[in-house]
Amino acid sequence: MATDMVPSVNGLVRIALLGNPNTGKSTLFNCLTGLRQKVGNYPGVTVQRKTGRMLFGTKVAEIIDLPGTYSLAADSPDERVVVDALLGELETIARPDLVLFIVDATNLQRNLFLAFQAAQLGIPMVLALNHWDSARKRNIVIDVERLSQELGLPVVPISAARAEGIPQLKKSLLDAMESKPMLAEPVWPKEVQAAMEEAKSELPEKVHSSLSRAVLFRSVFDEDKSFFIREGASEAEALSAIEKGRKGIFKSGLNAGNAETVLLYRHIKEKISPCVDVAHSRSTSGSESIDAILTHRIWGLVAFLGLMYVVFQSVYSWAGPFMDLIDAGKGVVQDLVGGWLTSWPMLQSLATDGIVEGVGAVFIFLPQILILFFFITLLEDTGYMARAAFLMDKLFSWCGLSGKSFVPLLSSYACAIPGVMAARTIQDPKARIITVLLSPFMSCSARLPVYVLLIGAFIEPTYGATIAGASLFAMHFVGLLVAMPFVYVANKYVLKIPPQAFVLEMPSYQVPKVRDVSLRMYNQGKEFVRNAGTVIFAITIVIWALLYFPRSEEVAESVTAEFVQTQASELGLESNDILEQIESDEEMAAALERKVMSAYVEQSYMGRIGKTVQPVFALAGFDWKITVGVIASFPAREVIISTLGIIYSLGGDTDEESSDLRQTMAAQKWQDGPRMGEPIYTIPVVSAIMVFFALCQQCGATVAVISQETSWKYGVFSFVFMTTLAWIMATLVYQIGSLL
Amino acid sequence: MKTLNDLTKGQTARISCYLPRFTAARRLMELGLMPGTLVRFVKAAPLGDPIALEVDGRHLSLRRVDAAQINVQSV
Repeated sequence: MATDMVPSVNGLVRIALLGNPNTGKSTLFNCLTGLRQKVGNYPGVTVQRKTGRMLFGTKVAEIIDLPGTYSLAADSPDERVVVDALLGELETIARPDLVLFIVDATNLQRNLFLAFQAAQLGIPMVLALNHWDSARKRNIVIDVERLSQELGLPVVPISAARAEGIPQLKKSLLDAMESKPMLAEPVWPKEVQAAMEEAKSELPEKVHSSLSRAVLFRSVFDEDKSFFIREGASEAEALSAIEKGRKGIFKSGLNAGNAETVLLYRHIKEKISPCVDVAHSRSTSGSESIDAILTHRIWGLVAFLGLMYVVFQSVYSWAGPFMDLIDAGKGVVQDLVGGWLTSWPMLQSLATDGIVEGVGAVFIFLPQILILFFFITLLEDTGYMARAAFLMDKLFSWCGLSGKSFVPLLSSYACAIPGVMAARTIQDPKARIITVLLSPFMSCSARLPVYVLLIGAFIEPTYGATIAGASLFAMHFVGLLVAMPFVYVANKYVLKIPPQAFVLEMPSYQVPKVRDVSLRMYNQGKEFVRNAGTVIFAITIVIWALLYFPRSEEVAESVTAEFVQTQASELGLESNDILEQIESDEEMAAALERKVMSAYVEQSYMGRIGKTVQPVFALAGFDWKITVGVIASFPAREVIISTLGIIYSLGGDTDEESSDLRQTMAAQKWQDGPRMGEPIYTIPVVSAIMVFFALCQQCGATVAVISQETSWKYGVFSFVFMTTLAWIMATLVYQIGSLL
Repeated sequence: MKTLNDLTKGQTARISCYLPRFTAARRLMELGLMPGTLVRFVKAAPLGDPIALEVDGRHLSLRRVDAAQINVQSV
C-alpha cells in the first residue's frame, strides 16, 4: 500500500473531498478552490465530476469533489464512482493521495460511518468538523483533542459557510502529506474474518496478490462481483466466493446484508461516546417551526405552488428578454457577416444560416439554464428541495418516480433542456432516467408558436375563441397523458434497474451563499455550452447543408423565366420590361426572390427527403409541404413556421401571428390525388399536426443533452420512440377525425 | 407487532427490528435508523404519504410502504 502514497506524477497533491450529503461539502469545495474549478463527468457514467485547484503553502493541490453519499455500498452510480476513485480504478484519474473528510459536527455518528468505510480503502485522511458554530449553538460539546486521539486522525473544527478554520485545515492537510494519518479499521469479529478468508480461498491464486482486504470486504458485504472480475476472477468464481463469504457471516449469527452496518455503528459509538456530550443539547434548530408552515397540510401546498409558479414564470418569461437579446445579437452578426460575404453566396449562407445560426441555437438556451439553476441551487441550498420532494412524492410514486421529479418536469414546460439537466438532482438512477425521458413530452415553449398558428388559423374561425383557448390549454397536457402509461410500463417491465427505497433527509434550513449559487450557475452554463453545444452546433450545420444543397443556377433561372412570363402576361408587358421593372421595383424583386427560395427548398435534399417520405405522412393527412416543414423542424420545432413561410413563398421572416401565412395556409388545396380541389388544412389534419408536434422529439438540442446526461443510447431511444409515437398518434387522430 | 407506519403524529418509539427480506434495510440503517434507536413521528405529508421522522435530531422522510417493514416498541 505504501507505494500508492507517494505524491502523484506531476507533482500535484491530489486530495479527495468526501462526506455525506448536506454537510456543507460544496461550500467547503468552493471556499477552498474559488474560481479554479473544472466540471465534467466521470468516464463512462454521468456522475458529475468537479475538480479544483487549491493554493496550499508553497504547493498546489488538486481537490476532487466526490459525490456526496451516505455509504459506499454500491447501490447507485454515485457510490460506485466514489469507491473506484478512491481505489484509483478510474481511467485517466489517478488515485488521491489524501482524503479530506467533511463531517457535520451535529451528527457525528452517522457521518463517521462513511469515513470508516472509506478509510478501509487505505488512504490517509483528515477530518473537517463542519457546522462547528451550530454545534456550539445547540450545546453539543465535542472534545476535539480526544476525538483526534480516538480516531488517530487530525480533526479540524471549521465553519465552511463563514470560512472559519480554513487556514488551520490547510495546515493540517499539509502536515498530513508527511505524517499520512490513517483511520484505524475496526477489529472485525473472528467469524467475519474467517468468512472473508473462506471467500478468498474460492478465488484463483493469481487474484490473491492483487486483492486488497478492502476490496474483499466490500465485495462480500455489497454482494458485488465486479471487483473480483476486474482482478481476474471468472464470473462463477466471483459468485461462489461471495456466496461462501456471506454464508460464513450468516453462520456466525449475523445477517450478511447488514453485518457491516451493525458492526461499524457499534464501533463508532464506542469511539465517539467519550468525546461527545449531547446531554444538554437542543435537538432541532428552528427548522421544525419553519416546517410547521412549509410542510403544513394546506399552507405547505399553497407555499409550494406559489414557489413553483415563481420558478416556472421566471424560466418561462424572465428568460424571454435575454433570449430576444441573443436573437437580436445573432441577427446583427448575421447581417454583418452576410454583408462581408455577398460575393460568395454559398459562404454567405454557410456563415449566416449555418455557423452563426448554430452558435445562436446553442446560446439561446443559456438564459433558461442559468435562471433555472439559480433557483435549483437556491432551493437545494436552503433545504427546501427535500421538502418539495416530500410534498409531491405521492403524486409520482405509483410509476417509479419520486417527488424529486417534480422540479425537472415542471421546468421542462419551459424547455426540456434545463429540465433534463435538472434531473441531476435525482440520485435513484431509474427515476432519473425515466424523468429524463419524460421531460421532452412536457409541452415546451417552442411548441407554443405551432399551436398558436394552427389554432388561430383554423380552430378559432371554426369553433370560436372559447374552444380555441380550451384546445390551447389541452395541448399542454397531450404529451404528459400519452407518456404516462409508457412510464408505468417502462418502470414495471422494461428498465431492469433495481428500485431504491425512498429515503430523504430533510436538512436544517440554511441561508444559501452567493458564491455557491453563482459558481453553480457558471459551471452548469459552461458545461452545457461545451458538451451539448458542440452537438447542437453540428446538427444545425447538417440541416443547413440539407436545405442548401444542391443549388444549381438552373433552378433560379427557370423560376425567373416563369415569373417574368406570368408577370408579363398579367400586366400585358414585354418580358424585357418586366426584367427592368425587377431591377427598379424592390417589391417585385422581393417577390421573385421568395419564389426562388421556395423553389430551392423544394429541390433541396431536405425537400427531396420530404417528398420521398410524404406517403408515410399521407396517412396523417400531410401533403409534401407539411412533410418538408415537419422534417426541417427536427432540429428545432419552431422552425416549421419559417419553413412553411419559405415554402409558401412568403419569405423566412414569417411568424405565427402573420395573417399572410394563416390565409395562405387556409387557401391551400390538394393539386392532385383523390381529394383534388379540397382544402389541405382541415380540422383533422390540423389536429394531427398539433398532436405530432406535441409528441415528437423535434429538438436536436434535447437529444444532445439527453445523450450527454445519460448515454447516447437513451438519446437515440428518445428520438426513435417519440417520433414513432408521434406518427402513430397523428395518424390515429387524422383517421378517426376524418371518420367523424 | 407495531411498525413505524402505525405511529401517530408526535409519538416516539424505539426501533426493534426490520422485517426479513426487506431489501432497503441496510440503506435505512446507514441513515441512522438502527435497531435500538429512538424515532419520533413528526408528521405525514399533506397527501398522506410519505412520512417525516426525527432520528438523532435529524429529519428523515420514508414512504409508508417502507415504514411498514420496520417494527417498533412503544416507549
